[in-house]
Amino acid sequence: MSTVQTSMPVQAAAAGEPSLWLRLRANRNWAALWFMLPAAAFLILFLAYPLGLGIWMSFTDERIGRGGVFIGLENYQWLWDDAIFWLSVFNTVLYTLVASVIKFAIGLYLALLLNRHMPFKAMIRSIVLIPFIVPTVLSAIAFWWIYDAQFSIISWSLIKLGLIEHNINFLGDSTWARASVIFANVWRGVPFVAITLLAGLQTVSPSLYEAATLDGATNWQRFRYITYPLLTPIIAVVMTFSVLFTFTDFQLIWALTRGGPVNATHLMATLSYQRGIISGRLGEGAAIATAMIPFLLAAIAISWFGMQRRKWQQGSNND
Amino acid sequence: MASVQISDVRKSFGGFEVLHGVTVPIEDGAFVVLVGPSGCGKSTLLRMLAGLENITSGTISIGNRVVNNVQPKERDIAMVFQNYALYPHMTVAQNMGFSLKLRNANAQDITTRVKKAAEILALTPLLERYPRQLSGGQRQRVAMGRAIVRDPQVFLFDEPLSNLDAKLRVAMRTEIKELHQRLKTTTVYVTHDQIEAMTMADKIVVMHDGIVEQMGSPLELYDKPDNQFVAGFIGSPAMNFLNGHLKSNGQVYVETENGARLPLATAPTASDGKPVLYGIRPEHLELASDGIEAEVVVVEPTGSETQIVSRIGEQDIIAVFRERHDVKPGERIHLRPRASSAHLFDKDTGHRL
Repeated sequence: MSTVQTSMPVQAAAAGEPSLWLRLRANRNWAALWFMLPAAAFLILFLAYPLGLGIWMSFTDERIGRGGVFIGLENYQWLWDDAIFWLSVFNTVLYTLVASVIKFAIGLYLALLLNRHMPFKAMIRSIVLIPFIVPTVLSAIAFWWIYDAQFSIISWSLIKLGLIEHNINFLGDSTWARASVIFANVWRGVPFVAITLLAGLQTVSPSLYEAATLDGATNWQRFRYITYPLLTPIIAVVMTFSVLFTFTDFQLIWALTRGGPVNATHLMATLSYQRGIISGRLGEGAAIATAMIPFLLAAIAISWFGMQRRKWQQGSNND
Repeated sequence: MASVQISDVRKSFGGFEVLHGVTVPIEDGAFVVLVGPSGCGKSTLLRMLAGLENITSGTISIGNRVVNNVQPKERDIAMVFQNYALYPHMTVAQNMGFSLKLRNANAQDITTRVKKAAEILALTPLLERYPRQLSGGQRQRVAMGRAIVRDPQVFLFDEPLSNLDAKLRVAMRTEIKELHQRLKTTTVYVTHDQIEAMTMADKIVVMHDGIVEQMGSPLELYDKPDNQFVAGFIGSPAMNFLNGHLKSNGQVYVETENGARLPLATAPTASDGKPVLYGIRPEHLELASDGIEAEVVVVEPTGSETQIVSRIGEQDIIAVFRERHDVKPGERIHLRPRASSAHLFDKDTGHRL
């Protein structure tokens, strides 16, 4: 009896049920996984793998052309005592902070301006986008000429106007160089902020402004109590992106100053490239790059809390 | 509370004039409904009253003050918008108290007044909710609450019920009317729905293509429409219009093209043979053996009444009966208009004869 009882289901399974592979192929929940695979493979190959490799490398003494051995935290200990590394951290934080604040202020102002009715609105909106669509290196080269020690158009104009007597050494003086690269970054970054905030502004129903006008709100009060609170979710998103892009900026600096003068504009990204690729100390370069990760995570964390759906955005529970 | 005077007001957008000299006197405490088809200029007129649109020419006064150049916030009016325009990031209480807050009223005072308004509108349990968490009817009430909190001189309503379902609309209609009877604040109400206008108004202003077609109490408009437009606009189902010629030698009647005789009580003098439009409301037709012969096209029972669409010659005619008649499409019936309830309009100008 017992033999029969146990063998029955086994036989049934073999004859009636499809194989595990067939079941996985047909199952709807697994289907989602199959469809995600190509995209996931792409991300793993080009994002996760290099990231993992970079972090691994930062624990080795690998150089270009010579495989490394695991040396633990030695690279980081070395960087901890490296004044240039700390200078690049300071530069990156300064660069990100100042540029982001200015980009936000100008971007918001432009968005509010472009949200009004005015002649040639569509054309002005597309003009605003130009800095964003020009390739970074091209605009960096343009800025390089604008900041040139001898041929700078700014110096030339100011001299002709009689405001200064000598050319300004835009990229040769550490303070001027920092201000110059920040200005170039702001010029490039403002359109992104402005256009995104403009899109956010256009989702605010005009009747809210009319209602506020009838409620007695002044221009400033309409901004303070209606526009700004309704825009905060978009602001959180756009500023997160802006901060991440600025923090990891490389092209602009490399094309303009290569980190100079005297490392005054070296960001963590450019320092990592210089140490890792140019000097060939891959392990150390990777350690600098890896050191950026905590800062980026912190930025994301801050905006994640900022972006959390506010109570008023939460779904309806009609009764 | 205050009276409102709208005198010869015109409005142009660019070179295009949308209001052609509108004059509407509104008495203190009245409930006036501006009604008309979309594009007639009624909402524009309301927005001009609110100060959201400027006035091209003419004057608007509230109380005894001309407000043409007065800022919206100084006009002492409150408006309820079609989409309610509730601030999504504020709770019901904050929405209602916002105007007081902007006026720097003290917190204690704001709370008291918001609570009082909430009690009137049965919103007290919802004060801490956000607009998203409310149903359509509740949002509508919050929008009204926001208006009454300020205790303004004039309430303006811009199609406030058109986003609600049919049942709720009827309930809110009653609620708004009751609120007006209680507060007695001068109210200007815009709608395209003539039933809303009929049920709520002390005075209806029928507008069409930027002019006022007729002004008067609901029953005045119903019983004595000045012209074909008002006659057709007020009343549901709409008045029937039959083409014909007036006969006034001896017996008075209107003769249609196919020879049917439509009875009349009286006729204007010296009008024999004049081409006219004979207007008769669906409820003023009865079935009688001596009536005009018509062929039934569609029968629409609604329970309380039955609408019968039938055809006299080339013209459709709708009749409404309270009693139930057993008729089928294709059958021939005889309809007799009640002579004393017939309306005559000039065929060319559409004016009442």
